[in-house]
Amino acid sequence: MSYTAADLRKGLKIELEGIPYEVTEFEFVKPGKGQAMYKCRIKNMLLGTTMDKTFRAVDKIDQPNIESKTMAFSYKEGDKYVFMDNKTYEQVELHENVVGDQRFFLLEDLECEVLFFNHRAMTVTLPAFVIKEIKETEPGARGNTATNVLKPAKIDTGYEIGVPIFINVGDFIRIDTRTGKYVERVKQG
Amino acid sequence: MRRVLERRAQLNDAIRRFFRDRGFLEVDTPVVLPANAPEANIDAIPAGSGWLRTSPELAMKRLLAAGFEKIFQLGPVARAGEHGRWHHPEFSLLEWYRSGAGYLEILADAKALLSFLAGELRGATDFTWQGRPVSFAQELWERQSVSQAFIQHAGWDPALKFDPDRFDLDLVTRVEPALPPGHPVVLIDYPAPLAALARRKPDDPLRAERWELYLGGVELANAYSELNGPAEQRARFEEANTCRHRRGAEPYPLDETFLAALAQMPPSGGIALGVDRLLMILADADSLDAVLPFRHG
Repeated sequence: MSYTAADLRKGLKIELEGIPYEVTEFEFVKPGKGQAMYKCRIKNMLLGTTMDKTFRAVDKIDQPNIESKTMAFSYKEGDKYVFMDNKTYEQVELHENVVGDQRFFLLEDLECEVLFFNHRAMTVTLPAFVIKEIKETEPGARGNTATNVLKPAKIDTGYEIGVPIFINVGDFIRIDTRTGKYVERVKQG
Repeated sequence: MRRVLERRAQLNDAIRRFFRDRGFLEVDTPVVLPANAPEANIDAIPAGSGWLRTSPELAMKRLLAAGFEKIFQLGPVARAGEHGRWHHPEFSLLEWYRSGAGYLEILADAKALLSFLAGELRGATDFTWQGRPVSFAQELWERQSVSQAFIQHAGWDPALKFDPDRFDLDLVTRVEPALPPGHPVVLIDYPAPLAALARRKPDDPLRAERWELYLGGVELANAYSELNGPAEQRARFEEANTCRHRRGAEPYPLDETFLAALAQMPPSGGIALGVDRLLMILADADSLDAVLPFRHG
């Protein structure tokens, strides 16, 4: 399957030299007597890097074989993270480098979006928010409800996070997985 | 909306005064044509048994052949599929022609016109466009040959070994972005294969007497020493149709009335200038859409 340049638009996923890209910006250009072209900025879906690429109207552009599946985090083995499709029990492994800092926020059975390119799992995206238990922090000052003063705390994965003074060991907090920052305390159980 | 309409009316009025004061006759030629000049990359919008004009060029050259010496026209043209920040399928084009002249006389006209228009609409030749200083002062116009610009910014001379795909790509990705933004830049002497309706330089068959005007990376006008040999013009039209066929576009019929008249056309210079783009700059707008009160979807 392939696209023509006229199909280009923001958000379109394309394949160039075996690498999937997403179009993040595009502009129609045409020198007066010249051919129509599309100046694009494209994002490498595997590495997250961006580059500029100009397509001519006559160019054929490959359509990447990409699919996204909801899979649950199963377990970690060495530097591999294993995710499982809870319906088919299909399992995939992703290397620590691919999971990146998101690995600190994984929880058993947490449902994540795994992106497949040519049937190979390439990247994973966690839900925007996860709930984690505080494992280490200095005792909370009772009655201090200020949220703008932070102290260091650790969660089960060893990740260090700034939390308000009133947070204690055993408390559950909501974390934004995109920024790695504390959002709020949650009542658990 | 009112402001845009007023600015446009003011610009049109100033353009007409400029040409009338210099002895040009304003002409109106048909908008629906049995044939446009076939161009490799310009597609016409069908209308009735013919097409909307992509330019009034052929009709105006018939007037030159009939003995008119200085003519101008300000009116709408349409080109299929052109829509973007600097493009709209229907736009206002200013064309003027002088017989007994060439592209350099037209360049002198263009300099005088733009400095006049800046004075009329902005009160001075120097003004700001989207926060950047811009000057239409005649002494600041800069001329670069196409070969020189390509050698400097893209590392090759398209006049020596022409490659149409590489030319277009390098033009938009390397050359245009490198042009100085604050004053008019004229890219001059195009590779002969891009001559279209221009005559080749008498002393340099690799290049044609054509120039394009840029301001801030925006192409504003295209000028020629007009080709007036019917046989060569026919061959170029056929070549354009071959290019069209190669890219899967329909070939266009040739305008035989025009080709027959061309034998009588004296040596002439002519130009087409995009009025909406000029208005965008003079009205300090950031896109063509901002100066087009009626937009196509």
